[in-house]
Amino acid sequence: MIWDKSIECASREQMREIQSQRLTKMLERVYTTVPFYRNKLKENGIEPGDIKSIDQLSYLPFTLKTDLRDNYPFGLFTVPQSDIVRLHASSGTSGKPTVVGYTRNDIDMWSEVVARSLTMAGITQNDMIQVAYGYGLFTGGLGLHYGAEKIGASVIPVSGGNTQKQLQLMVDFGSTVIACTPSYAAFLGERILKEKISPKDIKLKVGVFGAEPWTEEMRNQLQSLLGIKAYDIYGLSEIIGPGVSMECEHQCGNHIYEDHFIPEIIDPNTLEILPYGELGELVFTPVSKEAMPLLRYRTRDLTRLHSEQCDCGRTLVRMEKCLGRSDDMLIIRGVNVFPSQVESVLLELAETSPHYQLIVSRENNLDSLEIKVEIDEQFWSDEVKVLEALRARIKNNISSVLGISASIRLVEPSSIERSEGKAKRVIDNRK
Amino acid sequence: MIIKQLSVFLEDKSGRLTDLTKILAENDINITALSIADAADYGIIRMVVGRPELAVAVLKANGFSVNLTDVACFIIPNEPGGLYHALKILAENHINIDYMYAFATETTASVIIRSASIQEVIDVLQKNKLELLRASQIYQI
Repeated sequence: MIWDKSIECASREQMREIQSQRLTKMLERVYTTVPFYRNKLKENGIEPGDIKSIDQLSYLPFTLKTDLRDNYPFGLFTVPQSDIVRLHASSGTSGKPTVVGYTRNDIDMWSEVVARSLTMAGITQNDMIQVAYGYGLFTGGLGLHYGAEKIGASVIPVSGGNTQKQLQLMVDFGSTVIACTPSYAAFLGERILKEKISPKDIKLKVGVFGAEPWTEEMRNQLQSLLGIKAYDIYGLSEIIGPGVSMECEHQCGNHIYEDHFIPEIIDPNTLEILPYGELGELVFTPVSKEAMPLLRYRTRDLTRLHSEQCDCGRTLVRMEKCLGRSDDMLIIRGVNVFPSQVESVLLELAETSPHYQLIVSRENNLDSLEIKVEIDEQFWSDEVKVLEALRARIKNNISSVLGISASIRLVEPSSIERSEGKAKRVIDNRK
Repeated sequence: MIIKQLSVFLEDKSGRLTDLTKILAENDINITALSIADAADYGIIRMVVGRPELAVAVLKANGFSVNLTDVACFIIPNEPGGLYHALKILAENHINIDYMYAFATETTASVIIRSASIQEVIDVLQKNKLELLRASQIYQI
Protein backbone atom coordinates (compact mmCIF):
# COMPACT_ATOMS: atom_id res chain seq x y z
CA MET A 1 0.00 0.00 0.00
CA ILE A 2 1.21 3.48 -0.84
CA TRP A 3 -0.15 6.53 0.98
CA ASP A 4 0.76 9.14 -1.67
CA LYS A 5 1.69 7.63 -5.03
CA SER A 6 2.18 11.02 -6.69
CA ILE A 7 5.15 11.71 -4.41
CA GLU A 8 6.41 8.28 -3.39
CA CYS A 9 6.48 7.06 -6.99
CA ALA A 10 7.32 10.37 -8.66
CA SER A 11 9.89 10.38 -11.45
CA ARG A 12 13.37 11.56 -10.51
CA GLU A 13 12.80 14.73 -12.58
CA GLN A 14 9.60 15.55 -10.74
CA MET A 15 11.33 14.97 -7.41
CA ARG A 16 14.26 17.23 -8.33
CA GLU A 17 11.79 19.90 -9.38
CA ILE A 18 9.99 19.77 -6.02
CA GLN A 19 13.25 19.73 -4.10
CA SER A 20 14.74 22.64 -6.02
CA GLN A 21 11.66 24.81 -5.58
CA ARG A 22 11.48 24.11 -1.87
CA LEU A 23 15.21 24.63 -1.36
CA THR A 24 15.13 28.06 -3.00
CA LYS A 25 12.20 29.19 -0.88
CA MET A 26 13.71 27.81 2.30
CA LEU A 27 17.05 29.56 1.69
CA GLU A 28 15.26 32.85 1.21
CA ARG A 29 13.52 32.35 4.55
CA VAL A 30 16.54 31.37 6.63
CA TYR A 31 18.57 34.19 5.11
CA THR A 32 16.04 36.82 6.10
CA THR A 33 15.04 35.43 9.49
CA VAL A 34 17.99 33.59 11.06
CA PRO A 35 21.10 35.71 11.75
CA PHE A 36 23.20 32.57 12.24
CA TYR A 37 22.49 31.37 8.70
CA ARG A 38 22.65 34.85 7.16
CA ASN A 39 26.19 35.22 8.51
CA LYS A 40 27.18 31.73 7.42
CA LEU A 41 25.84 32.22 3.90
CA LYS A 42 27.52 35.60 3.62
CA GLU A 43 30.81 34.08 4.74
CA ASN A 44 30.42 31.61 1.89
CA GLY A 45 29.56 34.43 -0.52
CA ILE A 46 26.05 33.17 -1.14
CA GLU A 47 22.96 35.35 -1.66
CA PRO A 48 19.55 33.64 -1.61
CA GLY A 49 18.95 34.10 -5.35
CA ASP A 50 22.21 32.32 -6.20
CA ILE A 51 20.89 28.85 -5.48
CA LYS A 52 18.33 27.72 -8.05
CA SER A 53 18.52 23.96 -7.96
CA ILE A 54 19.54 21.11 -5.70
CA ASP A 55 22.62 20.63 -7.90
CA GLN A 56 24.01 23.59 -6.02
CA LEU A 57 23.34 22.07 -2.60
CA SER A 58 27.04 21.41 -2.12
CA TYR A 59 27.75 25.17 -2.02
CA LEU A 60 25.78 25.49 1.19
CA PRO A 61 27.38 25.32 4.63
CA PHE A 62 26.82 22.39 6.99
CA THR A 63 24.96 22.57 10.28
CA LEU A 64 26.24 20.66 13.29
CA LYS A 65 24.58 19.58 16.49
CA THR A 66 26.81 22.07 18.31
CA ASP A 67 25.25 24.86 16.21
CA LEU A 68 21.89 23.92 17.71
CA ARG A 69 23.37 24.04 21.20
CA ASP A 70 25.11 27.36 20.54
CA ASN A 71 21.79 28.85 19.46
CA TYR A 72 19.90 27.37 22.41
CA PRO A 73 17.00 27.50 22.79
CA PHE A 74 15.27 29.29 19.89
CA GLY A 75 18.10 30.91 17.91
CA LEU A 76 17.49 28.90 14.73
CA PHE A 77 13.71 29.44 14.59
CA THR A 78 12.47 31.27 11.52
CA VAL A 79 9.06 32.15 12.91
CA PRO A 80 7.85 34.16 15.92
CA GLN A 81 6.86 32.22 18.99
CA SER A 82 3.19 32.83 18.24
CA ASP A 83 3.50 30.51 15.23
CA ILE A 84 5.11 27.70 17.21
CA VAL A 85 2.58 25.08 18.30
CA ARG A 86 4.93 22.43 19.71
CA LEU A 87 8.39 22.08 21.20
CA HIS A 88 10.41 18.91 21.62
CA ALA A 89 13.86 18.48 23.08
CA SER A 90 16.35 15.67 23.13
CA SER A 91 18.35 15.12 26.25
CA GLY A 92 21.93 15.95 25.55
CA THR A 93 24.30 13.54 27.24
CA SER A 94 26.26 16.58 28.31
CA GLY A 95 25.07 20.12 28.74
CA LYS A 96 21.99 21.66 27.21
CA PRO A 97 19.26 19.77 25.40
CA THR A 98 18.73 20.15 21.68
CA VAL A 99 15.47 22.03 21.15
CA VAL A 100 13.25 21.80 18.09
CA GLY A 101 10.06 23.72 17.29
CA TYR A 102 7.10 23.01 15.02
CA THR A 103 4.50 25.21 13.35
CA ARG A 104 1.05 23.83 12.64
CA ASN A 105 2.16 23.05 9.08
CA ASP A 106 5.21 21.23 10.43
CA ILE A 107 2.99 19.03 12.58
CA ASP A 108 0.83 18.32 9.52
CA MET A 109 3.88 17.43 7.44
CA TRP A 110 5.19 15.19 10.22
CA SER A 111 1.82 13.42 10.52
CA GLU A 112 1.90 12.99 6.74
CA VAL A 113 5.33 11.32 6.66
CA VAL A 114 4.42 9.04 9.56
CA ALA A 115 1.16 8.19 7.77
CA ARG A 116 3.20 7.25 4.70
CA SER A 117 5.46 5.14 6.93
CA LEU A 118 2.69 3.23 8.65
CA THR A 119 0.98 2.61 5.33
CA MET A 120 4.29 1.31 4.02
CA ALA A 121 4.20 -1.31 6.79
CA GLY A 122 0.72 -2.35 5.69
CA ILE A 123 -1.02 -0.66 8.62
CA THR A 124 -4.56 0.62 8.02
CA GLN A 125 -7.54 2.07 9.84
CA ASN A 126 -8.42 -1.48 10.84
CA ASP A 127 -5.35 -1.74 13.02
CA MET A 128 -4.91 -1.12 16.72
CA ILE A 129 -1.55 0.56 17.36
CA GLN A 130 0.05 0.38 20.76
CA VAL A 131 2.42 3.33 20.90
CA ALA A 132 5.00 2.34 23.51
CA TYR A 133 7.48 5.07 22.65
CA GLY A 134 7.79 7.67 25.36
CA TYR A 135 5.35 10.57 25.11
CA GLY A 136 6.79 13.90 26.11
CA LEU A 137 9.84 15.87 25.07
CA PHE A 138 11.04 12.82 23.11
CA THR A 139 9.59 12.86 19.59
CA GLY A 140 8.85 9.12 19.40
CA GLY A 141 5.48 8.93 21.14
CA LEU A 142 3.70 11.97 19.74
CA GLY A 143 5.28 11.51 16.31
CA LEU A 144 3.85 8.01 15.90
CA HIS A 145 0.60 9.08 17.52
CA TYR A 146 -0.30 11.82 15.02
CA GLY A 147 0.60 9.68 12.01
CA ALA A 148 -1.42 6.75 13.33
CA GLU A 149 -4.44 8.98 13.87
CA LYS A 150 -4.02 10.39 10.39
CA ILE A 151 -4.42 6.98 8.78
CA GLY A 152 -7.41 6.37 11.02
CA ALA A 153 -5.94 3.53 13.06
CA SER A 154 -7.01 3.09 16.68
CA VAL A 155 -4.22 4.48 18.82
CA ILE A 156 -3.37 3.24 22.32
CA PRO A 157 -1.17 6.03 23.72
CA VAL A 158 0.31 3.86 26.45
CA SER A 159 3.74 5.56 26.25
CA GLY A 160 6.95 3.81 27.36
CA GLY A 161 7.41 1.61 30.41
CA ASN A 162 4.90 -0.03 32.73
CA THR A 163 5.43 -3.40 31.13
CA GLN A 164 2.64 -5.11 33.06
CA LYS A 165 0.10 -2.66 31.67
CA GLN A 166 1.58 -2.96 28.17
CA LEU A 167 1.01 -6.71 28.20
CA GLN A 168 -2.46 -6.43 29.68
CA LEU A 169 -3.59 -3.92 27.02
CA MET A 170 -1.89 -5.91 24.28
CA VAL A 171 -3.94 -8.96 25.19
CA ASP A 172 -7.23 -7.31 26.25
CA PHE A 173 -7.43 -4.75 23.43
CA GLY A 174 -5.90 -7.06 20.83
CA SER A 175 -3.21 -4.66 19.62
CA THR A 176 -2.15 -5.55 16.08
CA VAL A 177 0.81 -3.17 15.94
CA ILE A 178 3.46 -2.32 18.51
CA ALA A 179 5.65 0.77 18.09
CA CYS A 180 8.65 1.14 20.40
CA THR A 181 12.43 0.87 20.52
CA PRO A 182 13.78 -2.53 19.41
CA SER A 183 15.40 -3.08 22.81
CA TYR A 184 12.09 -2.53 24.59
CA ALA A 185 10.40 -4.87 22.10
CA ALA A 186 12.94 -7.55 23.04
CA PHE A 187 12.14 -6.94 26.68
CA LEU A 188 8.39 -7.22 26.03
CA GLY A 189 8.98 -10.48 24.17
CA GLU A 190 10.99 -11.80 27.08
CA ARG A 191 8.21 -10.92 29.52
CA ILE A 192 5.59 -12.57 27.33
CA LEU A 193 7.57 -15.81 27.55
CA LYS A 194 8.13 -15.42 31.25
CA GLU A 195 4.48 -14.73 32.02
CA LYS A 196 3.57 -17.68 29.81
CA ILE A 197 1.11 -15.65 27.78
CA SER A 198 -0.20 -17.89 25.03
CA PRO A 199 0.79 -16.81 21.50
CA LYS A 200 -2.87 -17.02 20.46
CA ASP A 201 -3.70 -14.25 22.94
CA ILE A 202 -1.25 -11.95 21.18
CA LYS A 203 -2.73 -10.43 18.03
CA LEU A 204 0.36 -8.47 16.97
CA LYS A 205 1.33 -8.69 13.32
CA VAL A 206 3.54 -5.65 12.79
CA GLY A 207 6.26 -3.95 14.83
CA VAL A 208 7.43 -0.41 14.05
CA PHE A 209 10.82 -0.07 15.69
CA GLY A 210 13.27 2.80 15.76
CA ALA A 211 15.14 5.44 17.78
CA GLU A 212 18.23 3.24 18.12
CA PRO A 213 20.32 1.27 15.65
CA TRP A 214 19.48 -2.43 15.39
CA THR A 215 20.66 -5.35 13.34
CA GLU A 216 19.19 -7.94 10.97
CA GLU A 217 19.77 -10.58 13.64
CA MET A 218 17.74 -8.52 16.09
CA ARG A 219 15.01 -8.29 13.46
CA ASN A 220 14.90 -12.08 13.13
CA GLN A 221 14.78 -12.48 16.86
CA LEU A 222 11.96 -9.95 17.31
CA GLN A 223 9.99 -11.40 14.41
CA SER A 224 10.03 -14.89 15.86
CA LEU A 225 9.66 -13.78 19.47
CA LEU A 226 6.59 -11.65 18.83
CA GLY A 227 5.24 -13.35 15.71
CA ILE A 228 5.37 -10.13 13.71
CA LYS A 229 7.00 -8.53 10.73
CA ALA A 230 9.44 -5.97 12.12
CA TYR A 231 9.89 -2.65 10.29
CA ASP A 232 12.55 -0.03 10.83
CA ILE A 233 11.41 3.57 11.15
CA TYR A 234 14.17 6.14 11.12
CA GLY A 235 14.24 9.71 12.22
CA LEU A 236 15.84 12.29 14.40
CA SER A 237 14.28 15.20 16.18
CA GLU A 238 16.53 17.80 14.50
CA ILE A 239 15.01 16.84 11.14
CA ILE A 240 11.42 16.11 12.28
CA GLY A 241 11.37 13.03 14.55
CA PRO A 242 10.43 9.49 13.50
CA GLY A 243 9.27 9.34 9.88
CA VAL A 244 12.31 10.65 8.02
CA SER A 245 12.51 7.26 6.35
CA MET A 246 10.83 3.88 6.60
CA GLU A 247 11.16 0.32 5.36
CA CYS A 248 8.65 -1.22 2.98
CA GLU A 249 7.66 -4.90 2.92
CA HIS A 250 10.78 -5.77 0.94
CA GLN A 251 12.95 -4.68 3.88
CA CYS A 252 15.75 -3.54 1.61
CA GLY A 253 16.59 -0.23 3.19
CA ASN A 254 14.52 2.72 4.36
CA HIS A 255 12.78 4.91 1.81
CA ILE A 256 13.62 8.55 2.52
CA TYR A 257 10.87 11.13 2.05
CA GLU A 258 13.04 13.22 -0.19
CA ASP A 259 10.37 15.77 -0.98
CA HIS A 260 10.83 16.98 2.60
CA PHE A 261 14.29 15.78 3.60
CA ILE A 262 17.02 15.93 0.98
CA PRO A 263 19.68 13.30 1.76
CA GLU A 264 23.39 13.35 1.01
CA ILE A 265 26.25 11.08 2.05
CA ILE A 266 29.55 12.75 2.83
CA ASP A 267 32.99 11.67 3.84
CA PRO A 268 33.04 12.84 7.48
CA ASN A 269 36.72 13.79 7.21
CA THR A 270 36.98 15.55 3.86
CA LEU A 271 33.28 16.63 3.78
CA GLU A 272 33.19 15.62 0.11
CA ILE A 273 29.90 14.27 -1.23
CA LEU A 274 30.11 10.53 -1.87
CA PRO A 275 28.31 8.71 -4.69
CA TYR A 276 25.40 6.31 -4.13
CA GLY A 277 26.50 3.01 -2.61
CA GLU A 278 29.40 4.40 -0.60
CA LEU A 279 29.52 4.41 3.17
CA GLY A 280 29.61 7.80 4.82
CA GLU A 281 27.83 10.24 7.09
CA LEU A 282 24.20 10.96 6.36
CA VAL A 283 23.30 14.62 5.86
CA PHE A 284 19.77 16.02 5.61
CA THR A 285 18.34 19.31 4.44
CA PRO A 286 14.72 19.47 5.64
CA VAL A 287 13.47 21.81 2.94
CA SER A 288 9.80 22.11 3.83
CA LYS A 289 10.17 22.62 7.56
CA GLU A 290 8.84 26.02 8.62
CA ALA A 291 9.84 26.56 12.24
CA MET A 292 13.38 25.29 12.07
CA PRO A 293 14.71 24.36 8.66
CA LEU A 294 18.38 23.39 8.72
CA LEU A 295 21.00 23.54 6.01
CA ARG A 296 22.81 20.26 5.42
CA TYR A 297 22.45 18.91 8.93
CA ARG A 298 25.12 16.34 9.75
CA THR A 299 23.34 13.45 11.47
CA ARG A 300 26.53 11.57 12.47
CA ASP A 301 24.73 8.42 11.31
CA LEU A 302 26.83 6.22 9.06
CA THR A 303 25.11 4.49 6.16
CA ARG A 304 24.85 4.15 2.38
CA LEU A 305 22.23 5.44 -0.06
CA HIS A 306 20.82 3.47 -2.98
CA SER A 307 18.91 4.92 -5.88
CA GLU A 308 17.64 1.87 -7.78
CA GLN A 309 13.87 1.64 -7.83
CA CYS A 310 12.44 -0.70 -5.23
CA ASP A 311 10.16 -3.63 -6.07
CA CYS A 312 7.42 -1.92 -4.09
CA GLY A 313 7.20 0.68 -6.86
CA ARG A 314 8.55 3.61 -4.85
CA THR A 315 11.20 5.74 -6.51
CA LEU A 316 12.40 7.28 -3.25
CA VAL A 317 16.09 6.89 -2.46
CA ARG A 318 16.77 4.19 0.12
CA MET A 319 19.20 4.27 3.03
CA GLU A 320 20.70 1.13 4.54
CA LYS A 321 20.15 0.35 8.18
CA CYS A 322 22.49 2.62 10.09
CA LEU A 323 25.59 0.92 11.34
CA GLY A 324 25.39 3.28 14.25
CA ARG A 325 25.69 6.92 15.06
CA SER A 326 29.23 8.15 14.82
CA ASP A 327 28.84 9.31 18.44
CA ASP A 328 28.06 5.69 19.40
CA MET A 329 31.21 4.53 17.72
CA LEU A 330 33.90 3.56 20.17
CA ILE A 331 37.53 3.70 19.32
CA ILE A 332 39.19 0.89 21.21
CA ARG A 333 42.89 0.39 20.70
CA GLY A 334 42.50 2.38 17.51
CA VAL A 335 39.76 0.16 16.10
CA ASN A 336 36.28 1.46 15.37
CA VAL A 337 33.68 -0.55 17.26
CA PHE A 338 29.90 -0.24 17.07
CA PRO A 339 27.70 -1.82 19.74
CA SER A 340 25.51 -3.10 16.90
CA GLN A 341 28.35 -5.36 15.73
CA VAL A 342 28.43 -7.02 19.13
CA GLU A 343 24.67 -7.45 18.97
CA SER A 344 24.83 -9.26 15.65
CA VAL A 345 27.45 -11.69 17.00
CA LEU A 346 25.42 -12.46 20.10
CA LEU A 347 22.19 -13.01 18.24
CA GLU A 348 23.81 -15.47 15.89
CA LEU A 349 24.40 -17.70 18.91
CA ALA A 350 21.23 -19.26 20.21
CA GLU A 351 22.47 -19.41 23.80
CA THR A 352 22.70 -15.68 24.34
CA SER A 353 20.07 -12.99 24.46
CA PRO A 354 20.16 -9.51 22.91
CA HIS A 355 20.90 -8.04 26.32
CA TYR A 356 24.50 -6.99 26.58
CA GLN A 357 26.70 -4.17 27.71
CA LEU A 358 30.13 -3.01 26.62
CA ILE A 359 32.45 -1.75 29.31
CA VAL A 360 35.52 0.06 28.11
CA SER A 361 38.32 0.87 30.50
CA ARG A 362 41.91 1.94 30.33
CA GLU A 363 44.55 0.15 32.33
CA ASN A 364 48.21 1.05 32.01
CA ASN A 365 47.39 3.26 29.02
CA LEU A 366 45.84 0.31 27.21
CA ASP A 367 42.16 0.15 26.32
CA SER A 368 40.31 -2.93 27.43
CA LEU A 369 36.88 -4.08 26.38
CA GLU A 370 34.69 -6.24 28.53
CA ILE A 371 31.37 -7.46 27.22
CA LYS A 372 28.73 -8.52 29.68
CA VAL A 373 26.50 -11.11 28.11
CA GLU A 374 23.34 -12.49 29.59
CA ILE A 375 23.00 -16.18 29.01
CA ASP A 376 19.61 -17.36 27.92
CA GLU A 377 17.85 -19.21 30.73
CA GLN A 378 16.58 -21.91 28.39
CA PHE A 379 20.03 -22.80 27.21
CA TRP A 380 22.40 -22.54 30.10
CA SER A 381 24.02 -25.67 31.32
CA ASP A 382 25.04 -26.50 34.86
CA GLU A 383 28.38 -27.71 33.60
CA VAL A 384 31.29 -25.30 33.68
CA LYS A 385 32.87 -26.83 30.60
CA VAL A 386 29.77 -26.12 28.51
CA LEU A 387 29.59 -22.52 29.69
CA GLU A 388 33.32 -22.06 29.16
CA ALA A 389 32.99 -23.41 25.63
CA LEU A 390 30.21 -20.88 25.03
CA ARG A 391 32.38 -18.10 26.41
CA ALA A 392 35.22 -19.14 24.09
CA ARG A 393 32.88 -19.19 21.11
CA ILE A 394 31.58 -15.68 21.87
CA LYS A 395 35.13 -14.45 22.34
CA ASN A 396 36.23 -15.92 19.02
CA ASN A 397 33.31 -14.56 17.05
CA ILE A 398 33.68 -11.13 18.65
CA SER A 399 37.34 -10.90 17.82
CA SER A 400 36.79 -12.00 14.23
CA VAL A 401 34.01 -9.42 13.72
CA LEU A 402 35.47 -6.51 15.67
CA GLY A 403 39.11 -7.14 14.97
CA ILE A 404 40.02 -6.71 18.63
CA SER A 405 39.79 -9.11 21.52
CA ALA A 406 37.38 -8.63 24.37
CA SER A 407 36.92 -10.35 27.66
CA ILE A 408 33.52 -11.94 27.96
CA ARG A 409 31.67 -11.96 31.25
CA LEU A 410 28.67 -14.27 31.48
CA VAL A 411 26.03 -12.78 33.72
CA GLU A 412 22.70 -13.90 35.10
CA PRO A 413 19.62 -13.53 32.92
CA SER A 414 17.83 -10.21 33.48
CA SER A 415 20.78 -8.79 35.41
CA ILE A 416 21.62 -6.06 32.91
CA GLU A 417 19.43 -3.07 33.56
CA ARG A 418 16.44 -2.94 31.20
CA SER A 419 15.60 0.32 29.58
CA GLU A 420 12.11 1.36 28.68
CA GLY A 421 13.43 3.68 26.03
CA LYS A 422 16.84 3.62 24.44
CA ALA A 423 19.08 0.89 25.78
CA LYS A 424 22.30 1.81 27.54
CA ARG A 425 24.75 -0.38 25.69
CA VAL A 426 28.06 1.23 26.56
CA ILE A 427 29.84 2.25 29.72
CA ASP A 428 33.01 4.05 28.83
CA ASN A 429 35.18 4.47 31.92
CA ARG A 430 37.98 6.14 30.00
CA LYS A 431 36.40 9.57 30.10
CA MET B 1 15.33 -43.14 41.12
CA ILE B 2 16.03 -39.91 39.28
CA ILE B 3 16.58 -37.03 41.66
CA LYS B 4 15.87 -33.44 40.71
CA GLN B 5 18.90 -31.36 41.55
CA LEU B 6 18.78 -27.56 41.65
CA SER B 7 21.43 -25.86 39.53
CA VAL B 8 21.79 -22.13 40.07
CA PHE B 9 23.96 -19.81 38.00
CA LEU B 10 25.48 -17.19 40.26
CA GLU B 11 27.53 -14.20 39.26
CA ASP B 12 30.64 -13.68 41.31
CA LYS B 13 29.21 -10.99 43.57
CA SER B 14 29.54 -10.97 47.30
CA GLY B 15 26.37 -11.81 49.16
CA ARG B 16 24.76 -13.67 46.30
CA LEU B 17 25.02 -17.08 47.98
CA THR B 18 23.75 -15.56 51.22
CA ASP B 19 20.70 -14.20 49.37
CA LEU B 20 20.04 -17.61 47.91
CA THR B 21 20.22 -19.50 51.20
CA LYS B 22 18.10 -16.83 52.90
CA ILE B 23 15.28 -17.38 50.40
CA LEU B 24 15.43 -21.14 50.92
CA ALA B 25 15.42 -20.67 54.69
CA GLU B 26 12.46 -18.31 54.58
CA ASN B 27 10.53 -20.87 52.58
CA ASP B 28 11.44 -23.67 54.93
CA ILE B 29 13.39 -25.60 52.32
CA ASN B 30 16.16 -27.82 53.62
CA ILE B 31 19.44 -28.35 51.76
CA THR B 32 20.56 -31.97 51.87
CA ALA B 33 23.66 -31.73 49.71
CA LEU B 34 25.49 -28.86 48.06
CA SER B 35 28.47 -28.38 45.81
CA ILE B 36 29.84 -25.35 43.99
CA ALA B 37 31.57 -25.39 40.63
CA ASP B 38 33.46 -22.13 40.31
CA ALA B 39 34.73 -20.47 37.16
CA ALA B 40 36.60 -17.18 36.95
CA ASP B 41 33.67 -14.81 37.36
CA TYR B 42 30.68 -16.97 38.09
CA GLY B 43 29.78 -20.16 39.88
CA ILE B 44 27.22 -22.91 39.58
CA ILE B 45 25.62 -24.05 42.78
CA ARG B 46 24.27 -27.57 42.69
CA MET B 47 21.96 -28.55 45.50
CA VAL B 48 19.68 -31.35 46.48
CA VAL B 49 16.85 -29.87 48.52
CA GLY B 50 13.51 -30.88 49.91
CA ARG B 51 10.65 -29.70 47.66
CA PRO B 52 12.76 -28.87 44.59
CA GLU B 53 9.81 -27.55 42.52
CA LEU B 54 8.93 -25.05 45.22
CA ALA B 55 12.60 -24.07 45.50
CA VAL B 56 12.75 -23.37 41.76
CA ALA B 57 9.60 -21.27 41.91
CA VAL B 58 10.71 -19.11 44.83
CA LEU B 59 14.22 -18.66 43.48
CA LYS B 60 12.92 -17.70 40.03
CA ALA B 61 10.52 -15.26 41.60
CA ASN B 62 13.51 -13.66 43.31
CA GLY B 63 15.42 -13.25 40.06
CA PHE B 64 17.73 -16.26 40.26
CA SER B 65 18.65 -18.24 37.19
CA VAL B 66 17.82 -21.77 38.20
CA ASN B 67 17.19 -25.06 36.44
CA LEU B 68 16.51 -28.63 37.53
CA THR B 69 19.04 -31.27 36.52
CA ASP B 70 18.50 -35.03 36.66
CA VAL B 71 21.00 -36.77 38.95
CA ALA B 72 21.17 -40.04 40.82
CA CYS B 73 22.31 -40.83 44.36
CA PHE B 74 23.85 -44.15 45.32
CA ILE B 75 25.00 -45.49 48.64
CA ILE B 76 28.38 -47.00 49.33
CA PRO B 77 29.95 -48.23 52.57
CA ASN B 78 31.95 -45.57 54.38
CA GLU B 79 35.24 -47.47 54.10
CA PRO B 80 38.35 -47.61 51.89
CA GLY B 81 37.55 -48.88 48.37
CA GLY B 82 33.84 -48.09 48.64
CA LEU B 83 33.85 -45.48 45.91
CA TYR B 84 36.36 -47.38 43.78
CA HIS B 85 34.06 -50.39 43.65
CA ALA B 86 31.14 -48.31 42.34
CA LEU B 87 33.17 -46.28 39.83
CA LYS B 88 34.80 -49.41 38.45
CA ILE B 89 31.38 -50.74 37.57
CA LEU B 90 30.51 -47.52 35.76
CA ALA B 91 33.83 -47.47 33.91
CA GLU B 92 33.41 -51.06 32.80
CA ASN B 93 30.07 -50.06 31.35
CA HIS B 94 31.65 -47.09 29.53
CA ILE B 95 29.68 -44.50 31.43
CA ASN B 96 31.04 -41.00 31.38
CA ILE B 97 30.59 -38.95 34.54
CA ASP B 98 30.01 -35.22 34.19
CA TYR B 99 30.40 -34.47 37.88
CA MET B 100 29.75 -35.91 41.29
CA TYR B 101 29.86 -34.94 44.93
CA ALA B 102 29.51 -36.97 48.07
CA PHE B 103 28.82 -36.83 51.76
CA ALA B 104 29.39 -39.49 54.46
CA THR B 105 27.10 -40.29 57.35
CA GLU B 106 28.47 -42.74 59.93
CA THR B 107 28.66 -46.14 58.21
CA THR B 108 27.64 -45.17 54.72
CA ALA B 109 28.36 -42.45 52.19
CA SER B 110 25.97 -40.99 49.61
CA VAL B 111 27.27 -40.06 46.19
CA ILE B 112 25.39 -37.74 43.87
CA ILE B 113 26.26 -38.32 40.27
CA ARG B 114 25.48 -36.56 37.03
CA SER B 115 25.87 -38.12 33.63
CA ALA B 116 24.30 -37.35 30.27
CA SER B 117 22.88 -40.90 30.39
CA ILE B 118 21.52 -40.87 33.92
CA GLN B 119 19.00 -43.67 33.40
CA GLU B 120 21.80 -45.92 32.21
CA VAL B 121 23.77 -45.12 35.38
CA ILE B 122 20.77 -46.14 37.48
CA ASP B 123 20.23 -49.36 35.53
CA VAL B 124 23.88 -50.41 35.72
CA LEU B 125 24.17 -49.69 39.43
CA GLN B 126 20.96 -51.53 40.21
CA LYS B 127 22.03 -54.52 38.20
CA ASN B 128 25.21 -54.61 40.26
CA LYS B 129 23.27 -54.48 43.53
CA LEU B 130 24.27 -51.01 44.60
CA GLU B 131 21.73 -49.23 46.74
CA LEU B 132 20.17 -46.16 45.20
CA LEU B 133 18.30 -43.52 47.10
CA ARG B 134 14.84 -42.52 46.01
CA ALA B 135 14.03 -38.86 45.66
CA SER B 136 11.66 -39.06 48.61
CA GLN B 137 14.40 -40.56 50.79
CA ILE B 138 17.13 -38.08 50.00
CA TYR B 139 14.91 -35.05 50.41
CA GLN B 140 14.31 -36.24 53.96
CA ILE B 141 17.91 -36.85 54.99
